[in-house]
Amino acid sequence: MSETSSTEAREPSIPRQPGARRTLLEVDQVVLRFGGVVALNDVSFQIHEGEILGLIGPNGAGKTTTFNVMTGVFKPTSGQVRFDGARVSGRKPPEISRMGISRTFQNIRLFPEMTALENVMVGTDSRHKTSVPGALFRLYRVRPKPEELPQVTSDVPLLRIWQQVRRTCAQIFGLSRHILEERAAEKKSLELLQFVGIEGRANEVARNLPYGDQRRLEIARALATEPKLLCLDEPAAGFNPAEKEQLLTLIRQIRDRGHTVLLIEHDMRLVMGVTDRVVVLEFGTKIADGSPDEVSRDPRVIAAYLGESVDAA
Amino acid sequence: MMDKVRATEARRRAALNGIADRWAALPPWQRLIGVAAFIAFLYYLPLLGIPGLTWLRTDSIDGGNSWAGVLFTCAIYVLVAIGLNVVVGLAGLLDLGYIGFFAIGAYSVALFGSTNSPVVKWMQRTFDLEPTWAVAWAICIPLAIALSLTSGVILGWPTLRLRGDYLAIVTLGFGEIIRIVARNLTGVTNGAAGISAIPGPEGAPSADNKIFGLQDLKPWYWLAITVVLLMVFAVRRLENSRVGRSWLAIREDEDAAAVMGVNGFKFKLWAFAIGAALGGLSGFLFASRNAFIDPSQFNATLSILFVAMVVVGGSGNMVGVAFGAVLLAYLPERFRFVSDYRWVAFGFAMVVVMVLRPQGLIPSRRRARELQDRAKEAKVSV
Repeated sequence: MSETSSTEAREPSIPRQPGARRTLLEVDQVVLRFGGVVALNDVSFQIHEGEILGLIGPNGAGKTTTFNVMTGVFKPTSGQVRFDGARVSGRKPPEISRMGISRTFQNIRLFPEMTALENVMVGTDSRHKTSVPGALFRLYRVRPKPEELPQVTSDVPLLRIWQQVRRTCAQIFGLSRHILEERAAEKKSLELLQFVGIEGRANEVARNLPYGDQRRLEIARALATEPKLLCLDEPAAGFNPAEKEQLLTLIRQIRDRGHTVLLIEHDMRLVMGVTDRVVVLEFGTKIADGSPDEVSRDPRVIAAYLGESVDAA
Repeated sequence: MMDKVRATEARRRAALNGIADRWAALPPWQRLIGVAAFIAFLYYLPLLGIPGLTWLRTDSIDGGNSWAGVLFTCAIYVLVAIGLNVVVGLAGLLDLGYIGFFAIGAYSVALFGSTNSPVVKWMQRTFDLEPTWAVAWAICIPLAIALSLTSGVILGWPTLRLRGDYLAIVTLGFGEIIRIVARNLTGVTNGAAGISAIPGPEGAPSADNKIFGLQDLKPWYWLAITVVLLMVFAVRRLENSRVGRSWLAIREDEDAAAVMGVNGFKFKLWAFAIGAALGGLSGFLFASRNAFIDPSQFNATLSILFVAMVVVGGSGNMVGVAFGAVLLAYLPERFRFVSDYRWVAFGFAMVVVMVLRPQGLIPSRRRARELQDRAKEAKVSV
C-alpha cells in the first residue's frame, strides 16, 4: 500500500484506476524513426507489477524494436519509457539492467565459449561490486557469518592444521568481499540453473548445449540479474508442443517468484494460455490492448494479425 | 602425407588433453608440489648441467649467446605475452601497438634513472643537485608501471569505442607514434643517439657491481623470473574473478554482455591498462638489463612478434602464451645457423602452426572446442 502511494507521489501522471495494480513500466508515446522509416509510431502501454503481458503483432510490427527501446539498445526519437517512476530512455544498457529490466534475445545470444554456469554468473555479477583492485589485492574485508568460515574437514593432520589456520585467519581478519561474492554468485547461479531445469549441464560450454537448453540458459542468465521485469523475446521459437508446454509452466513459475513478465510471441495458443493482458502492434502502431479474450475478438486484430482463421492459429 | 600429419596431430592432441585431465584430477596438495617443483626448476635453469639436457643451452653451439642472457630475454617476452594475452586473449581487443607500452616502460627508467638523460640533467640544474644524482632504480619501478598504465588509459579512453579492425589500426599507429616521438624529441630522449648508463638494482652499470653486473646475467634472469611469477599469480586472480568473466563476456558478445549489466567500457579499459602496465614492466626490465636503449629497438616488427607469441601459443591461455613466447625467443638463439633465414623459417613455421593448429599450440580448452566445432560446421556446409 505504501509502495503504491509512493509511486503516485513520484509519478502523478500515471492514472490509477480502482483495483489496478502498481504500474511497473510505462511506454509513453514512443516514436522511433530510422531515417524515413517509422519503426514505432506513438506507442503507449503500461505493464503492471506481477502480471504477464503479451506483446504480439505480425512480422515487422515493431515488437523487438519496442524491446530494444525498453532495454536501452535504441533511444526513442520522442516520447519516453519510465520504469518504476524513473526515466529509462537515454540510459546505457548496464544501467537499465541495474534498474531491474532484463531480457532474452530472439536469436540466442549466449557467451558461447563460456560454461553454462559462467554464463549465469555473468548475470549475477551485475549486482556485485568487486573490480580489479578487489580481485587483485582482496581488499574490502567482510566479517563472515559462521557458516561462511572455512571448514576444518580433512583427516590428514598437516592439512587439518592448515585449514584451522585459515579458519582462524578468517575469524580475525574477515573474508574478502570478492570471495563472498564469488561464492554467492556460484550458489545463486546453480540454483537458477536448477530452476530452469538444466543443472546437469552446468559445466558444459554454452555452444554445446542443445537448442532448448540454450533458450533455458538465456532465461536463467536474465533472471540472474535480479530483474523486476523480465522480457522474453520469442522464447518458444523452434519449440515442439511438449517443450512449449514446459515453457508455459516455467513462465508461470517465474511470475510466482515475483518477476513481472513481458512476453513477445507468435504462437497464439501460448500467448492466450499464459498472459493476463495482451498488447497488439501493427506497423509500429498499437491497435489493441486488453485481456486475451477481448483482443482475440477485436475485429481489427483479427484483420491485421490473426487473419480469417482464428482457430487455426 | 597431410592425412598422416593430421592423424599424428590428433593423437598428440588426445594425449595432451589426457595430461590436462589427469593434472586437474590430482588432489590439490599434489598439484602444489608439482607447481613448486616446476618453479624450482625454473630457478635452476641458468645453471642447467643435467647430462642429456645440456644441448638445450644456447652456449652449447659455436658462437652461441650467453645462456642466462637468452633465458632473461625469454622471461621478459613471457611477461609481454602474459600482458598481451589479457588484452587480446581475454578481452578480445586486437592490439598491434604493444611495443609502445614496452617502450614507455623502458624509457621511464632511462629518462629518470640514467645520469645521461636530458630529463635528469634538467632536474639537476633546476633543483641544484649533484651531477651523480638520478632517480633511484626502485622508485623507477612504480614510475614505469604508472606511466605505462596511464598511457594505456590515455590511448584506451578515446579508442576503445572502436571495434575490431579499427582498434587494431589505431593501436598500430600508437606503437609507431611512440617510437617516432622517441626518435625526434631529441631534447628529452636524446633522439636516435639513445640513452646509456641506465641503472639496475645496484645503480648505474659499472664494473664494481657485484650481483647485477654486465658479465654474469644469472641474477638478471632470477630477477625477471620472480617478476614473471608474481604477475602470473596476479593475472590468475583476475582471470578467476568477476573481472575475468566480464572480459570473456565482452569478447564473446559485447552487446549481450552490456544488457546483462557488464560495463563494457570500464572492463575494456581495465584490460588495456593492465596489459599496458605488464608491457611497461617488461620494457623496464629490458632497459635495466641492457643499460642502453635507442628508438630503433622498438619498431613495429616486435609488436607483430608479440601478437605472434600469443596466437602461436594459444590465445586466452596463460600457459600457452608463455610457451609461445619462450619458443619464439629461444628457437632463433639455439638454431643460430639459420638465423640469417630466421624470418623465412619463422613465417613458414607460423603458417604450419596455423594450418595444423589454428587455436595455438596449447590452446585455452574452451577455445579449442569452439574452433573444432567451427571446422565441423564448415565441413557440413561444404
